[in-house]
Amino acid sequence: MIEAILLKALFALIVIGVLMGLCAYSVLAERKVSSWIQGRVGPNRTALPFVAAIPIVGPMLQRMGIFQPIADGAKFLFKEEPVPGHVNKFYFFLAPILSIVPALLTVVVLPFGEYYTAAGEACPIVLANLDIGILFVFAVSSLGVYGIIIAGWASNSKYPLYGSIRASAQMISYELAMGLSVLPVFLWANAPQSDAGLNLFSVVSAQEDIWFIFWQPISALLFLVALFAETNRLPFDMPESETELVGGFHTEYGGFKFGLFFVAEYAHMIIGSAVFTILFLGGWNFLPGLGDLWPHNVLGAIISVVWFMAKVAMLLFLFLWVRWTLPRFRYDQVMNLGWSVLLPLAIANLLFYTLLIAFIERA
Amino acid sequence: MAKVIERKPLNWAEKTYLPQILSGLKVTFRNMFRKKVTLEYPEERPALPAHYRGAPTLVKDPNDRVKCVSCQLCEFVCPPKAIRITPGSINPGADPERSHVEKEPKEFEINMLRCIYCGLCEEVCPEEAIFLQNTFSLTGQSREELVFKKDKLLEMGGTLPDSHFKWDKKKEAEVHAAEGGHH
Repeated sequence: MIEAILLKALFALIVIGVLMGLCAYSVLAERKVSSWIQGRVGPNRTALPFVAAIPIVGPMLQRMGIFQPIADGAKFLFKEEPVPGHVNKFYFFLAPILSIVPALLTVVVLPFGEYYTAAGEACPIVLANLDIGILFVFAVSSLGVYGIIIAGWASNSKYPLYGSIRASAQMISYELAMGLSVLPVFLWANAPQSDAGLNLFSVVSAQEDIWFIFWQPISALLFLVALFAETNRLPFDMPESETELVGGFHTEYGGFKFGLFFVAEYAHMIIGSAVFTILFLGGWNFLPGLGDLWPHNVLGAIISVVWFMAKVAMLLFLFLWVRWTLPRFRYDQVMNLGWSVLLPLAIANLLFYTLLIAFIERA
Repeated sequence: MAKVIERKPLNWAEKTYLPQILSGLKVTFRNMFRKKVTLEYPEERPALPAHYRGAPTLVKDPNDRVKCVSCQLCEFVCPPKAIRITPGSINPGADPERSHVEKEPKEFEINMLRCIYCGLCEEVCPEEAIFLQNTFSLTGQSREELVFKKDKLLEMGGTLPDSHFKWDKKKEAEVHAAEGGHH
């Protein structure tokens, strides 16, 4: 019993470690991709004294900016942390915590690979294989907006408040379309005589033959657009809008507290990409139509995790690519798009697939 | 006849914005593989055009003689008053090679913190002794360090080709006159 708990705790630490590492390196990826798109070279100077001295490999890693996240993180740790005199101290300190905890919590229910037991039964590699997986993800990830709202409110200054008001409005508007867009996926995954429920692992298992992005492209598009809005990425970065609202909700923050907001944004992005991969890109399945290819042993389990991570990395690149391509929507356009385009489209999409699935099952 | 341009209404696909977004993504993706437009500065230096106006320097003629005769025109023309010259004369006894040259500055200072790189000193110099050359990045730890002295300016300037050889000609003429020639 104790051993099982310790093992789970170790596993959880590894997952959180990997997630934080991914956050750090997605910041590097952001900087590199933005530089390439803008015709620059990007960070290539930071060097660790001993590693960079290794011939060929060291300078190559330095050129790639591999050590840059260490410098970035250390900078946040050693910076002065200003606390303005006009803020509500308790909530001011609470906000960054509230923003990072839900971001890290959602990773608990995400399956990121599969292994086969000795009995030949497929099991997900996951911290907690909940039956209500997707519901848990939605419930917890939307708690992240509390961090932003409290940050804006506690800062007691106009621009953060504007940022947080926009964040809450946007979050409410897009949560609906997002929730409705994934319902057809679960309708399809829950074929008769299956007990898939809202479990994320069974969604991936249902995609062994065809990925849902091909079977339900509109759902995928709606989910992707809503995901951009939920993760506050351009073209929907209303809460920050640095050209209009100074820094948005984190205007009054500096040092490590700002760093936490920063990491939370990237954690949201990574988890959003992972959810999209699970729901629409077939999780760890190799390619659509090829079925379950990975060998049923440890090697197969490792390949499935790596393949899953590769898909997540591709989606992360899409996030960065879109950010450095599109300008920001105006606030009222964002609301308009959410309520009068995405929501009706999501409802129509749900109706269409409900009828279609009912028709198929009747036949 | 006026040309009538047909104004088509947006079609269904265009109203979704998606084709435009995709073409935008294509542009940025292609940009990623273009040649980078930035220089990695301290290692890579920009190729400076000819007659670039960097820091002003003093030059020597091909006979390794200081060309400046401390006429002080540059000092007076200098808009920010960055140049200060202390005129001096050449001791013909100590330096017979240069006895025919009129004068040489005892001290020549350019305050690089004041200099605006306008190039008027180069333009006004009758002896072609001061040139704005390629040094564009000057740093120092103190203000005094950036007041460049004569030695430093001569070192930065080096030797530039000269087509006049004014002092050689003067000497030749003197020799010729001494021999009883015309003049």
